[in-house]
Amino acid sequence: MSVAEVIPVPAEPVAPAALAVKKRAVSVETIGMTKRFGGFTALGDVSVRIGAGTVHALLGENGAGKSTLVKCIMGFYQPTGGQLLVDDREAVIASPRDAHERGLGMVYQHFTLIPSLTAAENLVISRPHVSAVINWRAEKRRLEEFMARMPFQIPLDRPVAELAAGQKQKLEILKQLYLESRFLILDEPTSVLTPQEAEEVLGLLKGMANAGDLTILMITHKFREVEAFAEDVSVLRRGQLTGHGRVTDLSRQEMAAMMIGSKTIAAVVQRVGEPDRDKPVLDLDGLAVVDRSGLRSTNIDALRVHSREVVGIAGVSGNGQKELAEALGGQLKPTAGRIAVDGVRYLGTRDETRSHQVRFIPEEPLKNACVPNMSVAENLSFRTFDEDGDRQVVWLRQGRIRALARSLVERFGVKTASIAAPVATLSGGNVQRAVLARELTGEVELLIVTNPCFGLDFTAVAEIRSQIIDARNRGAAVLLISEDLDEILELSDRILVMSEGRIVYETDRANADLGAIGQHMAGHH
Amino acid sequence: MVQLVHEGGGALGAPPGTTGRSTMEWLVRRAESVVIPLGAVLVGLALFGVFLLIVRWDSSRSLGAALDEVWTAFELMYTGGFGTAFSIQNTLSRAAPLLLAALCVALPARLGLVVIGGEGAIVLGGLAAAVAANVFNGAPGFVGIPAMAIAGAIAGGLWIGAIGALRHYRGVNETIASLLMAYIAIALLNHFVEGPLRDPASLNKPSTAPIADNFWVGPIPGMDVHWGLIVGIVGCVLAWILIDRTTWGFSARIAGGNVRAAQIQGLPVGRLILVFTALGGAFAGLAGMFEVAAVQGSANGSLNVGYGYTGILIAFLARHNPLAIIPFGILLGGIEASNGLLQRRLGLPDASVDVLEGILFVVVLLSETLYGRFRIFNPELRGSRA
Repeated sequence: MSVAEVIPVPAEPVAPAALAVKKRAVSVETIGMTKRFGGFTALGDVSVRIGAGTVHALLGENGAGKSTLVKCIMGFYQPTGGQLLVDDREAVIASPRDAHERGLGMVYQHFTLIPSLTAAENLVISRPHVSAVINWRAEKRRLEEFMARMPFQIPLDRPVAELAAGQKQKLEILKQLYLESRFLILDEPTSVLTPQEAEEVLGLLKGMANAGDLTILMITHKFREVEAFAEDVSVLRRGQLTGHGRVTDLSRQEMAAMMIGSKTIAAVVQRVGEPDRDKPVLDLDGLAVVDRSGLRSTNIDALRVHSREVVGIAGVSGNGQKELAEALGGQLKPTAGRIAVDGVRYLGTRDETRSHQVRFIPEEPLKNACVPNMSVAENLSFRTFDEDGDRQVVWLRQGRIRALARSLVERFGVKTASIAAPVATLSGGNVQRAVLARELTGEVELLIVTNPCFGLDFTAVAEIRSQIIDARNRGAAVLLISEDLDEILELSDRILVMSEGRIVYETDRANADLGAIGQHMAGHH
Repeated sequence: MVQLVHEGGGALGAPPGTTGRSTMEWLVRRAESVVIPLGAVLVGLALFGVFLLIVRWDSSRSLGAALDEVWTAFELMYTGGFGTAFSIQNTLSRAAPLLLAALCVALPARLGLVVIGGEGAIVLGGLAAAVAANVFNGAPGFVGIPAMAIAGAIAGGLWIGAIGALRHYRGVNETIASLLMAYIAIALLNHFVEGPLRDPASLNKPSTAPIADNFWVGPIPGMDVHWGLIVGIVGCVLAWILIDRTTWGFSARIAGGNVRAAQIQGLPVGRLILVFTALGGAFAGLAGMFEVAAVQGSANGSLNVGYGYTGILIAFLARHNPLAIIPFGILLGGIEASNGLLQRRLGLPDASVDVLEGILFVVVLLSETLYGRFRIFNPELRGSRA
């Protein structure tokens, strides 16, 4: 942490002349880069050197700090501590515009092109300074000259909407080259490309880098791409740099270990008893769900969760986990298949959630499980406000709601100024505690949990995981969908891996092999 | 994405369960939603004063004289709306349909829906009531009047309920749909009163056949105001009880506040949307029925005079709290009632009241951003000087 405390020395102003001649690849180095959000350290003392003209891979799980690191480099975030060197000279990057002026550019995971405009128009308007009247004839001529120098070609005069995803990705990269970026950050560049397109684009960029025109920092999950295209690799885990080196010196297993960490963290609460294999609680059969865009389909052929069992679903974000959770929560209607709880078809009505004691703990609880501007007391009552024993009640009983809230706040240690305060005024950990208090009281038969510890500090994390194991020990069937592999390994009795909308791998706790899980997550089956 | 975590910071570290002064705290929190709209009305009136200064600007007069005239305008508004027994009755008569029209905005708003087409439910409710009056012609009043009321409520309820259904089943934006469907409703009214349902005796103003004498809704005893006012007030109280005191209303507030939270609790979001939009439409339909049964005596173009639009303003001023609709409805009724006096005495254009309503609406919308910012109303803000 010592380096993190260094106060950045004001950097010398950039001379415009120096920028104009900077046509060659630039190097970037972070020294002790630290970024804290409140008490949470998203990035701790990370030093990475990306040499000019190299392709450098940045590996890490979700939430490992990769985005935070590149956002600090690109000026979206101001680091809490540490320094940034561009071409071995200290640079303070106050905004993305500063980053651009120093030749740093980024290609995002999602397209930033304007679909109704042509490629040429997209390129011209992306410039920071465009004259009020555009001389299109002159621009076209210059663009054609530019394209002639580029390794791949894109039709300039067709609307971007007509281009295939691979061409759009190429255009995004061309845009950065057009803007004369000499250091390019690619955020999971191949997520929208077919393997062949990925090969082509990365191969050409690697060629440009090796020719000394460009430096590339590539964020990825895929070991295969790292091995094929990168010379160096840095691995982040929980905001710390856990490893770096030449790709040729490292095996996949070693990189996976750096990424995922060495296991056998002490279990939060001891699991008691074995899963009751004769008693399936949740049973999915041939479930098909189409996401909101209508393009991607998630298909779960068979999934069972038994009483006193935690089934963990691992996977890289966006491989159908969200759709699965939403189908179970009644937010997305399955297009085919059956969800059964206790052997009975389950549609997610209030009566069904009640009679089968189904509880949900969604990710980002303030956004998905609470009404932010309603009070803590009201939020705590969502599950029970309309029941009195088995009876439905019509009249709202404020007294009971407040009494329940007081007891839950005390038992679960929810820190709030008052039970009448809006739940949005609570910290993330306390919102999650409040949701757990609401959902985990009474008998629980089936618990569906999604990324429960996302963005929480370590004490809150341990506490929340203990609650989940405790529910399991009391006989609940738990489906844990998480992007945090540590969490999956720590809590699950059985582990499934989802990739591209399907369950592609299954292993039980005793035989869980990190390497195999990681490879299936990365799409190698 | 990284989520901001403020563990144990500032006031949040207070011990849980400190509820000794909960009644006081409850009052203070509630005061916020009274003080801010009232403040917004005052700011809106002040801006209207600036507007009057500008339209009446005359360089030959001193600023003092101009300000005197603005003050006179406010005095006239008070006199015209609330100054005499006559003006109060006039105000209350205008308030009656406004209360019901505002409910058509406030009830769907509890589910997070912005329905601005109450005008459509009013005109169709009035038309349906006139048709019912014809069907039941010859029946005694105690049959005919409830029949008109039920017909009006059903017509309005189906109209706005259809908007809820479009929203829930087809994802159609309810704001746009309700606005455009109001134009369709007005076109339907015009078609029927000028065509198939026109009373040949209505020469200058095409209307349906007049309702039977015994179907007229009379004034409240001792006043010139018709029973629609009582129905409007009772409607507001019932709507408040529904929203604030029943578990159905609570479910609607959850669904309106965060539909995802409602879904994981298994709450019937679709049914709530249909019921609340239909109920709001039914209230607006009743407003149309009273216009026919207590004011016009038949359905005609006078049903379409903008009550539905003023109702939007009232519902927003009341922050969709049905009890608060009553005073704000009367306030707006008073402002509209004073329009004639302003025109006659100051020679102001007839659209001045529309300008005032427009200014009020903008200020009210802006004031929405002030909630949760004042420490006096929000104890949890105190002490956190981050």
